[in-house]
Amino acid sequence: MATVVQVERVKVTVKDLKGKVDPDWCPGCGDFGVLAALKQAIAELGLQPHEVLTVSGIGCSSNLPGYLNTYGMHTLHGRAVAVATGAQLANHHLKIVVTGGDGDGYGIGGNHFVHAMRRNVDLTYIVMNNQVYGLTTGQLSPTSIKGMNTKSTPFGSVENPINPIPLAIAAGATYVARGFTGQQKQLVELIKGGMQHRGFALIDTFSPCVTYNHDNTHEFFKQRTRKLEEMGHDPTDFHDAMEKGCLWGEVIPIGLFWRYPDLPALDQLEPVLGEGGPLAHRSLGVAPDIAQALVNELM
Amino acid sequence: MRRIDLAIGIGGAAGQGIATPGDILARIFVRRGLHVNAYNAYQSIIRGGHIFLTLRTSEQPVLSHGDKIDVLMPLNQDTMTRHLKLMRAGSAVLFNSDTVKPGVVPEGVQLCPFSVKTLAPTIKGDLVQNTIALAAILRLIKVDFEILEEILTLQFKRKGTAAVAENVGVARAGYDYAATHFTSFPFSLPDTGKRLAFFEGNQALAMGGAAAGVRFYCAYPMSPSSGVLHWMARHARQLGIMVRQVEDEIGVINMAIGAAHTGCRAMCATSGGGFALMSEALGAAAMMEIPVVCINVQRAGPATGVPTKTEQGDLWQVLGAGQGDYPRIIVAPTNIVDCFTLVPTLFNLVDKFQCPGIILSDLLLSEGRSSIDPDELDFSVPIDRGDVIGLNGDGPPVNGGFKRYLVTDSGISPRALPGTPGYVHVVATDEHDEDGVLISDEFTDPHKRQAIHEKRMRKMDGVLPLLPAPELHGATDAQVTLVGWGSTEGVIREAMQQLAGAGIVASNLQVRWLVPLHADAIVSILSTCRKVVIVENNYSGQFARYLRSETGIAADGHIRKYDGEPFMPHHIVDGVKAILAGSTKLYVPVHEIQV
Repeated sequence: MATVVQVERVKVTVKDLKGKVDPDWCPGCGDFGVLAALKQAIAELGLQPHEVLTVSGIGCSSNLPGYLNTYGMHTLHGRAVAVATGAQLANHHLKIVVTGGDGDGYGIGGNHFVHAMRRNVDLTYIVMNNQVYGLTTGQLSPTSIKGMNTKSTPFGSVENPINPIPLAIAAGATYVARGFTGQQKQLVELIKGGMQHRGFALIDTFSPCVTYNHDNTHEFFKQRTRKLEEMGHDPTDFHDAMEKGCLWGEVIPIGLFWRYPDLPALDQLEPVLGEGGPLAHRSLGVAPDIAQALVNELM
Repeated sequence: MRRIDLAIGIGGAAGQGIATPGDILARIFVRRGLHVNAYNAYQSIIRGGHIFLTLRTSEQPVLSHGDKIDVLMPLNQDTMTRHLKLMRAGSAVLFNSDTVKPGVVPEGVQLCPFSVKTLAPTIKGDLVQNTIALAAILRLIKVDFEILEEILTLQFKRKGTAAVAENVGVARAGYDYAATHFTSFPFSLPDTGKRLAFFEGNQALAMGGAAAGVRFYCAYPMSPSSGVLHWMARHARQLGIMVRQVEDEIGVINMAIGAAHTGCRAMCATSGGGFALMSEALGAAAMMEIPVVCINVQRAGPATGVPTKTEQGDLWQVLGAGQGDYPRIIVAPTNIVDCFTLVPTLFNLVDKFQCPGIILSDLLLSEGRSSIDPDELDFSVPIDRGDVIGLNGDGPPVNGGFKRYLVTDSGISPRALPGTPGYVHVVATDEHDEDGVLISDEFTDPHKRQAIHEKRMRKMDGVLPLLPAPELHGATDAQVTLVGWGSTEGVIREAMQQLAGAGIVASNLQVRWLVPLHADAIVSILSTCRKVVIVENNYSGQFARYLRSETGIAADGHIRKYDGEPFMPHHIVDGVKAILAGSTKLYVPVHEIQV
């Protein structure tokens, strides 16, 4: 083993977390608010850039890792959660944040999303939910409201949208929240809470698309969203969480719906990780006595 | 002394307990140092159908499951009906006369009926006939009863002394009955004094992964690749390997890529259908320059195809997997030792060149079983992780400015693992610049795109010199050169021996490393060959087309089989004779036994 050099823990500011390039999102895009909140959360948690791995898929919002000064993986469309699961299990000392959009996570990536929650993988998943496909220039998304006119539904969608909040609670996520980019302070706290939570944290975030979604705008959410903490909500009450999660209309709750704090994360349950540090840092090779035992099985 | 070449066929319905007598026989043979090759023809059914295990042994290496059966053990009427007509003079058929009737018997075939009701009147259950038949077979080949007694004692120990006594008693009855009623074979099994190991290709692949230092293995169950998952799962805790069963193969490869990116050696296995789902992500691994190894155990396609039957039908799938051009290394093991040794070799290559590696196996190799000298299972293999920073969590001090995709002459750029202080960067499946910044969306830059694409592809130039070139096996002036790839090596080499017996000198060029291909070496070998015949387990001649595309060589003849069953040596012999006689350029054998 090489000697571990003690890295001086300098205080990381939001400015230090700026990536190599500026975002190419449309002016007014909600995603700016998510990026700002994530930087703020990382700085307030006192994490160093190298301790964080941000994993995304493909879409407007999935460009986020490039705008952040942490380790990043900009993977395939829909696959961020699967890649992040592998990375988390291979190096459980990394703080892993998954970022992406509603199409990426709830559509093409739906299978990985559900199973990562079932497994309670220690990931913080921020979905920038704008209820439309932006980068492909405005088609229906899994969270588009019924009746929405898009390029792929020019006469209005007849399909019901996914509601990620009750879906996530039912699937086994242990921290389920909804944020809104119009409520930055709350969003920072929700992200911090998710990153400190040991297990799968979903932070579905209304991040309005100014170009392709003229139904669910910043103004739309500003008028309807109401903070759960002001509604006397108990995030440890399963039934209350499911009930509040299903609300959609004149009042749309935002905040922490559900928290199951004592369930171990997948890496905590895996005996192979019991001792010896991250898998990624372990030396390779099979000890001679074990190798002999493996061969003896065949004799 | 005449060489012993004994093939035992055990057939019945799924659930009749064919595996156990097969395993016991194999164990008895390899403990005497005899070589064994076993092939199990089975179907995608848990109970019923027709399963036929061929177990062939010799004091010399056994190259294939062969052409003939010397001892048939039909556990049901169906097996008797299908196989008896193919038995030859000198062979023996052991069966329970209470339930199975022989019908027309070919001349010279010894029928060995026994009555379970008579020999074991008090014992319930269908498996007793297996024990009696097994004991009788051992008597026919003059194996001492004590050896079987020891094995049965071990096997039934858990069920108590009564069960042991009962089974040993039944076996004794069968053994003694055979001694007095059946004629033994005119040889005794020798004991070389050197014990051999016996295992299947999937186990060899998994053990090769362990030797390579795989720390992360994940898979979705898919025949015939699941054996790798089973071995890995069984040994995960002993070896410190994270083993995960994932929701689908797209998740599998992406999870492996995520693990590999942090520095683990990560591997997965699937069959053609699962591999199809992985295609896009293999390109992603190449684009992000993350080393990962994927095993494709081919089965008969397309689509769900014939899940329990073999084929070499995925060559073009792996050659063209995923969109765009990207560096990849593809190897097809040609025997069970290869399955073990090629895995660490491939890991060293993909670590060095930071690209995906694909192992193209097939059902015959992966589920076929062979004996092997245990000394060949050397776990102390060289491990080369390539140019990587942060394997222990830290790298040399650096003052920012790390370029993950630095353009170099070799195309290889130093790779830093997430978590390493000072080397923060983003890897992307979008086209990117040297520092990882995307050049795909805003201000796409054709010059940068060209430079980074060439850097990536240039890595392949460095791979070829590290791969051994294929070599001609046999005489350089042979009448016919049989070209094969992957799993057909054994059967082709056995066919060569049979051809020699018929006065036809044949040679074999077996290709193992498929991408990159030693095209020049192949051209220089084949250009002096008198007649080139390509042998492969698919319909369209996938390797023939690949060989032509890479070398311009069009073969003189083709022997192809795509009925799901592997070649038997005589299929190739017949094909060579037909092609040499000029009666055809494409020979497709008809499989004689309906399995």
